[in-house]
Amino acid sequence: MEILFGFVGKDYALTASDNTAARSIVVQKRGEDKSRILSKHTLLSYNGEAGDTCQFSDYIAANIKLYEIKNGVALSTAACTKFTRRELANSLRSRNAYQVNLLISGSDPKTGVPSLFWLDHLASANKVNYTAHGYASYFILSTMDLYWHENLTLEEGLGLVKKCLKELKIRFIGNLPDFFIKVVDKNGIREIKL
Amino acid sequence: MALVNLNDVLSFTGNEEDSAFDDAKSSCMNFETSLNFKLPTFSIQNLSDVSDIATAPVDFLKQQMSNENNSRIAIKKGTTTLAFVFQGGVIIAVDSRATGGAYIADGGVKKVIEINPYLLGTMAGGAADCMYWERELGRRCRLYEFREKERITVSAASKLLCNIVYGYKGMGLSMGTMVTGWDKTGPGLYYVDSDGQRLKSDLFSVGSGSTYAYGVLDSLYDYNMSVEDAIELGTRAIYHAGHRDAYSGNTVNVYHMKKTGWEFIYNKDINELHYKYAAEAKPSTLS
Repeated sequence: MEILFGFVGKDYALTASDNTAARSIVVQKRGEDKSRILSKHTLLSYNGEAGDTCQFSDYIAANIKLYEIKNGVALSTAACTKFTRRELANSLRSRNAYQVNLLISGSDPKTGVPSLFWLDHLASANKVNYTAHGYASYFILSTMDLYWHENLTLEEGLGLVKKCLKELKIRFIGNLPDFFIKVVDKNGIREIKL
Repeated sequence: MALVNLNDVLSFTGNEEDSAFDDAKSSCMNFETSLNFKLPTFSIQNLSDVSDIATAPVDFLKQQMSNENNSRIAIKKGTTTLAFVFQGGVIIAVDSRATGGAYIADGGVKKVIEINPYLLGTMAGGAADCMYWERELGRRCRLYEFREKERITVSAASKLLCNIVYGYKGMGLSMGTMVTGWDKTGPGLYYVDSDGQRLKSDLFSVGSGSTYAYGVLDSLYDYNMSVEDAIELGTRAIYHAGHRDAYSGNTVNVYHMKKTGWEFIYNKDINELHYKYAAEAKPSTLS
């Protein structure tokens, strides 16, 4: 029932993730931020199996930070994705694979060119313009097919987020009330309130 | 694996050559039958057949908990526990019933585990798992104090527990616990379960009666409430859960976490609370 989607705009990458931690039929927490900062210009958003999500994301975030400290230069968004994909792929062939779905969004610190990567728990990784994980994808991929274009300004992008959230409110029974909307651009990562 | 050969030991029939055995046998009509009562036999899956030793405990537990098994384990599970942070610290309230299926095994269980004077853990899920691992947590917190020359934070303590149980994920541990305390950052409340989930929040309830407790807590909780009101709210929420949930009940235990450490407030009988609350006027729905 978790919702995670995102897209790239003209000069930014945006992800939206619900802020609910639930178990069975009970909401355990509202206001849970299901994302980790990998570097100043790269953000990892996650959902999936309880426990696995935090453990895996912390592990990835710590190792990418370690790389940055050791080498004095941060990994690019694409490199972060490929490292994460390798870790997931190795884990996939172990007894208890991490059941985590991810979006990695980033922006090139020099050129400001945004990028977004979709990774699932089977360690498939794709560079995408717009995407969604889980049940939400059944509802909003078509919405994004309809409205997305490569020159979306931030204002238009937030309009698209509203369109997607509205559709989920209307048609999805897992009607989640609140979301973290995070934008990565040349200036770094920031949260946006709708 | 000592258990592998236990089966042979338990199907004891005595030594036929032994004259003392024959004497006993002749003076007792049903010697072997009575021995079987005293030392009942039961089958244990031969773990040496299991090719994969790492999943052996999982298979073992599955077999022991299956309906076909006549000596199956019914793990103590039903519970209501709650904790919330408020202006005066943290209130922890729990019930005291232990059940194995429909059977009430014990009505006086301590479900708040006193880890050290500044840390409390609550118990939901497998009683043994919670008791053992929270005691182990206490030991590790003490070692941390020796090494770091300062008290462990609630955040770090809960993460220790989380990392321990995450290492056993999928191997049958069952626990839903709240770790609360007071450290250099103030009051702390974390939820940790056997999935490896760890959450920080101001209000949690765990166990089969948790939904009933939430129903009361969510409508009456206020961060700025007085200590007396907070204790009363914790008690009331557990009372309502004990009233509605068949697997919760008997008595309420309440603890208060303060800057100076935890304090045990009281133990109250839910049956007595029922008649006390029944005699009181219902609270207004208009405020």
